[in-house]
Amino acid sequence: MTNDVRTHENPKPTAAALRRPDEGAHAAGVGTSARRRGRPSVQRSARHRLAIGWLFVLPALAFFGTFVIYPLITAVQYSFYRWNGIGASTWVGVDNYVRVFTDPELLISIVNALILIVFFTVIPVASGLALATLIRTMRPGPFATVARTVLFLPQIIPLVAAGIAWSWMYAQTGTVNTLLDSVGLGFLARSWLAGFGTALPAVGLIGSWVLTGLCTILLLTGIGKIDTSLYEAARLDGAGWWREFVTVTLPGLRQEIAVLVTITVIAALSSFDIIYTTTKGGPGTSTLVPGISIFRLAFTQSEVGLASAFGIILLALVLLAVLPIQLLARERD
Amino acid sequence: MVVNKTEAVIGRVVLVVVLILTLLPLAGMLSGALQPADRIPDGFSWPSDPQWGNFAVAFRTAHVWELLGSSTLIVLGVVPLSLLLSTLAGYALGNLRIAGGRVVFVLLLLGLTIPFEAIIIPIYYEISSMGLLNTQWAVILPLIGLYMPFSVVWMRAHFVGVPTELSEAARIDGASVFQEIRRVQIPLAMPALSSLAILLFLWTWNQFLLPLVLVDDPDKRTMAGALGAFQGQYINQLPLLFAGALIIMLPTIVIYVIFQRQFIKALLQGAVKG
Repeated sequence: MTNDVRTHENPKPTAAALRRPDEGAHAAGVGTSARRRGRPSVQRSARHRLAIGWLFVLPALAFFGTFVIYPLITAVQYSFYRWNGIGASTWVGVDNYVRVFTDPELLISIVNALILIVFFTVIPVASGLALATLIRTMRPGPFATVARTVLFLPQIIPLVAAGIAWSWMYAQTGTVNTLLDSVGLGFLARSWLAGFGTALPAVGLIGSWVLTGLCTILLLTGIGKIDTSLYEAARLDGAGWWREFVTVTLPGLRQEIAVLVTITVIAALSSFDIIYTTTKGGPGTSTLVPGISIFRLAFTQSEVGLASAFGIILLALVLLAVLPIQLLARERD
Repeated sequence: MVVNKTEAVIGRVVLVVVLILTLLPLAGMLSGALQPADRIPDGFSWPSDPQWGNFAVAFRTAHVWELLGSSTLIVLGVVPLSLLLSTLAGYALGNLRIAGGRVVFVLLLLGLTIPFEAIIIPIYYEISSMGLLNTQWAVILPLIGLYMPFSVVWMRAHFVGVPTELSEAARIDGASVFQEIRRVQIPLAMPALSSLAILLFLWTWNQFLLPLVLVDDPDKRTMAGALGAFQGQYINQLPLLFAGALIIMLPTIVIYVIFQRQFIKALLQGAVKG
């Protein structure tokens, strides 16, 4: 039997076939049972499959190795040297690591990144929870579709564009001050990104703006999966909205919350685009974050070793933050 | 479901407020873009004489055609190859379950957590020694590698869910692995593949750090990367900067509005897997 005939008679597996593997197997086999060319022995075919499997993994691993693993090892190596990027390098041991934790300017970027977690994680997840709880009963329709589309918009546009839009919001003659003026709070108006006390919360709120929609929609999807009889039972038991939230909604959303906390904490610790576009770390060091410090050290101050050490510390911070969340979420399941 | 009336009303009102807050910065940017180009725009209001011409000027001075070409080239370099390689690797790890695959998988999972800033310096010297600085390859090649952990983990998750009986049946019928992948696995993987394609497109198009570091010429960057360069260029012509930013956002927003269902689905799944 030729190959052509085989493809003809071989129907595409359908969803039904997927649900019932036996039938699927049968369907995929139609018309080919007659084909009995000497099958290789089981052992040989297993070895053959292993070889093919590794052949399939290798190209992906080659890219991963060349542009992730190898640079990572190189970064560790750089981090033990003092090097200006061009000339000779000097071995300095863990000096660079010590400098990150003792140089006040570098230390402050870490502290700022930790503060940003409030704006990138706490505010979006909390307001996402509030919003999702409030609109969980909203019926699907044009309004719901528009709401979803708009809530996701900040996820679609580049963070740089978000930064530019918000720089204008915060400017002296910008939208925020115009609005304050119109409600009689004009005395509060200022250049929000230029103030030492206001710049960090201001850039932080851009992060809240970007991430709240994602949190809301994901939590809303999660709420949709909670058994509605639980809500009915809670109401029948006379639970108010708070009790209902704590005993039904919150436990039902544990997985989603763990996922959101993970990705938003990573976004906070490794923030770069928004801050580079709005304040470049200023005024002074008030919005400095590790990403900006690494960029500056390596590409304008020629401190490649120190920058690399900071990169490794940033990676360690991310792992420190993410691993416990993952373990916690897994354990309680 | 028992629904409290006031709760529903409050929900609606809060939602509308949030939607307005979401659109406000973009609306502000639009109103700023329509002010006279040589002035610092004034407040948030619809200008009495909207300068639509700003868009035409920004379109020309921002080299939007070149940028579209460059971004498209970069996307076409990153997305198809990433899809192909991650499908093969995901199939090997999820379906063939090769010996030693577990180690590869854990390595990739760890790769998911690496911030780009942590390895951008060695990548710069690597690309420099390859002689690729200031070309689109400087963005394409590292991005394929940097997105590979996510892509493979994503495709593996799909292949783990496909019953192995399906491949066994195909194999008993004498299909080679390649035939099985092409005729059985790829058609089944289409939803996973298209979601992954959407995510990779979006991340590549919006990628900022890599083009900023590896490509000096803004015309050879991604859309987002080029936007960073305009900022300095238009420091005294804010309306043109806003117009440029809006033009640069437009392609993704148009595609998003058309395919919003798929985009949202992909982003939600991406959030869960990432």
